[in-house]
Amino acid sequence: MDYAAIGLKAGLEIHQQLNTTEKLFCHSPTVVRDSAEHNGEISRYLRIATSEMGDVDRAAKEELMNQRLFTYYTYDSTGLVEIDEEPPAPLNPDALDVVLTIAKMFDMTPLPEIHTMRKMIVDGSATSGFQRTALVALNGSIEHSCRVETIAVEEEACQRIEDTIFSVDRLGIPLIEITTSPCMKTPDEVHDVAQYIGMTLRSTGRVKRGIGTIRQDVNVSIRDGARVEIKGVQELDLIAEVVRREVQRQLSLLAIKDELVARNAIVNGEVYDVTAVFSQTQSQVLKKARVILGTVLHGFNGLVGLEIQPDRRLGSEMSDYAKKCGVGGLFHTDELPAYGVTEAEVHVLKETLGAGPNDAVIIVAATEQKCRCAMQMIIRRAKMAFEGVPEETRKMLEGGSTAYMRPLPGAARMYPETDILPVPVTKEYWESIAMPELLSVKAERFVSEYGLDAGMARQMAFSEKLPLFERAVAEGVRPVFAARTILASLKELSRAGISSETLSDDAIIAVMKTVEAGNAAKEAVLDILTACAKGMSVSDAVSRVAPAFSREELQDLVHDIVSDRVDFIRTRGKAALGPVMGLVMKEVRGRIDGKVVSEVLDEELGRII
Amino acid sequence: MNLNNSDPVTVEFAGIEMDGIFINRSGEHAIVKLSSGYNICVPESLCSPKEKTASAEKPAVIPLNQDASLPLLSIISTGGTIASTVDYRTGAVSSKFTAEDILRSIPELAGIARYHTLQPFQVLSENMNPAMWQELTRNIHDEILKGAQGIIVTHGTDTMLYSAAAVSFMLSTPVPIIFVGAQRSADRPSSDNAMNAICSAKAAVSDLGEVVICMHANESDTKCALHRATRVRKNHTSRRDAFQSIGREPVGSIEYPEGTVVLAKDAVLRGTKELRLSDNLVSNCGLLQYYPGMNPAVIDAFKGYKGLVIAGTGLGHVGTDCIESITRLTASGTTVIMTSQCQAGSVCDRVYETGRDLLDAGVIEGGSMLPEVALVKLMWVLGNATRKEDIRRLMQTNLKGELEYDLWRCA
Repeated sequence: MDYAAIGLKAGLEIHQQLNTTEKLFCHSPTVVRDSAEHNGEISRYLRIATSEMGDVDRAAKEELMNQRLFTYYTYDSTGLVEIDEEPPAPLNPDALDVVLTIAKMFDMTPLPEIHTMRKMIVDGSATSGFQRTALVALNGSIEHSCRVETIAVEEEACQRIEDTIFSVDRLGIPLIEITTSPCMKTPDEVHDVAQYIGMTLRSTGRVKRGIGTIRQDVNVSIRDGARVEIKGVQELDLIAEVVRREVQRQLSLLAIKDELVARNAIVNGEVYDVTAVFSQTQSQVLKKARVILGTVLHGFNGLVGLEIQPDRRLGSEMSDYAKKCGVGGLFHTDELPAYGVTEAEVHVLKETLGAGPNDAVIIVAATEQKCRCAMQMIIRRAKMAFEGVPEETRKMLEGGSTAYMRPLPGAARMYPETDILPVPVTKEYWESIAMPELLSVKAERFVSEYGLDAGMARQMAFSEKLPLFERAVAEGVRPVFAARTILASLKELSRAGISSETLSDDAIIAVMKTVEAGNAAKEAVLDILTACAKGMSVSDAVSRVAPAFSREELQDLVHDIVSDRVDFIRTRGKAALGPVMGLVMKEVRGRIDGKVVSEVLDEELGRII
Repeated sequence: MNLNNSDPVTVEFAGIEMDGIFINRSGEHAIVKLSSGYNICVPESLCSPKEKTASAEKPAVIPLNQDASLPLLSIISTGGTIASTVDYRTGAVSSKFTAEDILRSIPELAGIARYHTLQPFQVLSENMNPAMWQELTRNIHDEILKGAQGIIVTHGTDTMLYSAAAVSFMLSTPVPIIFVGAQRSADRPSSDNAMNAICSAKAAVSDLGEVVICMHANESDTKCALHRATRVRKNHTSRRDAFQSIGREPVGSIEYPEGTVVLAKDAVLRGTKELRLSDNLVSNCGLLQYYPGMNPAVIDAFKGYKGLVIAGTGLGHVGTDCIESITRLTASGTTVIMTSQCQAGSVCDRVYETGRDLLDAGVIEGGSMLPEVALVKLMWVLGNATRKEDIRRLMQTNLKGELEYDLWRCA
């Protein structure tokens, strides 16, 4: 695909959880809980509030088409702020410090005062109906000649458990939001920029790690298309595919638009009650519906069922809109007969509605109120097909296709957070912020300074265990040994089903130091760590699993083994070293360094040969 | 620069140009609302005015549809969180919403009743005072005379119980008078204002016939409680269910969103009392919380007051060294009522020696009255009686449910 020719423009919004001890606007810990541990539950309705300018946000309006009662799980680690029962605490200074550090790494300009806003979110994911957010810095640069437009600090939303049930443990964890300009021109470039930003964030050592702690929103448009915001891409590896599929969708929608115009297609918006047509139906969905409504899309035949993304059709787009009214979906004649609807029924349906061969018919089945609402939404979306690509917020589906979520929100969703005082950022403070070394730079330094090979250096620099490595090296452990122990041995442990989380950094460093001092062999590291992970102290583990073997003891052992095989050794000469070494190691493995064994054996053999 | 609120501006900051709207100043800084909706704060010198474009048409004010077949209620708005929006003078919230704004923002109200709205004042509740209680009570009286079948008073929650108690004492009412507020401001999607207001309207058309406070019964949006105005306290600074009945169960509840009203057996019912206004109040009364080690001069400072309510310890005591000051105060004509700091129970000054000394000093036992309610009642009693024995009798008579433990009264 020639992306330059179609005018692809993409921008990123990256949300990364910060690894602070407390939440952004309260003192609860930033721990995510198992929802089964919840010890309380409250339920709330949300309503639309107007902005201070007197406007209502269109996205919010659509989210609340159905008044829903949301349920929230609470925990012994959450408090009144999370359930919107208490005013927020002042903005967490640690979180602001991390955000300013990152802003400085992108060479941005901080705002002299941070003003917290409320961004209205009424899908239930915030108990208050808004997310607190504040712009912190503007206009910076990143590699790949891209620009960071803004950096904001904001609070994380609730986790959805199912449908209208949410968990408040995650609500309020500080997030940084990094918004780039629409500077990316190919899907791969989007991947690379996201990767670079992710690396920069991790370089601070102050962001959370693991699944769900970073999310990318991608803004995509092509020439003649429209800006579409795709929310919540969690896997970096999928990001380029998401962009590719969105391009495909926009191109397909533009082609459908041209075809509709060529066919003189019409959406007249008339809705008919067709319940009677299906009075004898065998379709399970239609059978249990109180009302079935239908509409004719003149000139749409074959286009509603046209695939515009893998497993997605224009019909799926209409269905997404209809679902806002609480219906399960829709049927269209491009896919019928199917789902228990017979050819005869389709025939009667088309005839009843006067649909010609070029026309498509859409039906929905539910209560009258839901059907009327759904039909309005379907007709609205069908009319949009004449414009090509609607501006939308979309959510990612498995594999990288997307579904409609809501219209793009506007400025009316923002309202000042009146409960929080502005926070000044002084020149002195900004200048005092130290910038951490980038992980990519660190990896290069590990090669040149510590002699790690490039692969290991990179793996170590990007590992969550980097602080442990740096501490071990600072305390005198040889870097290569430290890196090997941390990367290989800890992985081995987890492969063996032993959680390395039970091992403290102190214990791991103590084990490494024991080996470095010659009090245990390198070969025993895994066994010692295993014993420690099971609760043994480092000294007990060393003496039980790998009691040290002294050089004198080794000399005696080697002497005995060699004495028993004098003839063999004399016959084989130097070639006897290997087999005899094997016999010795069998006795001492893990208790003394192999290098020492080799030295002692060499000496002993020298006396015989 | 002569920038005014809502003026379009261009901001040049960090090497970029941004469009926005000037909001207000914070020292040398300008607060500007960017087109993204974010407010930013930048040196005012970086803002330049832009030519005003024809302003976008504001949505037309929706006319209030009133269903003539529904009962008539009056909404009297006094201010408070239920009616608050952002105030760019301080950046905090203040009370600006009118009763009509409330009706527009909560369309469900239109299905319950038709409304007459009035707004005698717009204040945060800490700014309420006895003169306002009187004006409010007169307004309610007039509305009932004009045919209101129920009254809803929107009020800040902090002093709502004082106002509600004052209306209770000043007005005999045949219809429900429902005080309602919000703990979370009306500008947020999660505000409790809508649910409380809808429940209050349901209560106002119900069979109730007394003054109550209607607020969330718990932290969920499932039920409101109706608390008798003379037996309620705000027990939490911010939770939705801050209001709780003290020493008794609520006089009613409303299921939400169904709107089913359930009244307690002893709730005063609609139409059982005649409409009567008795709005005299003597406002120079005080309320004093005794604390260990209190300097008796604090009590002397109330010299010249018509009345003083003391929230004493336990069964109703103060330190012995305060008794002389109290004796002087009563001798100079101040009525002194003893109540308790305890959450529940009744004062009894005959058990301990200090109590007997207090009675000798001329203190009147306030029974189970909440100190705040005793203060309001004392203002009303002093406004309606002058003879000492009448004052004592009235203070110790249960007038509006304020003396919950009559049966165990020790007097």
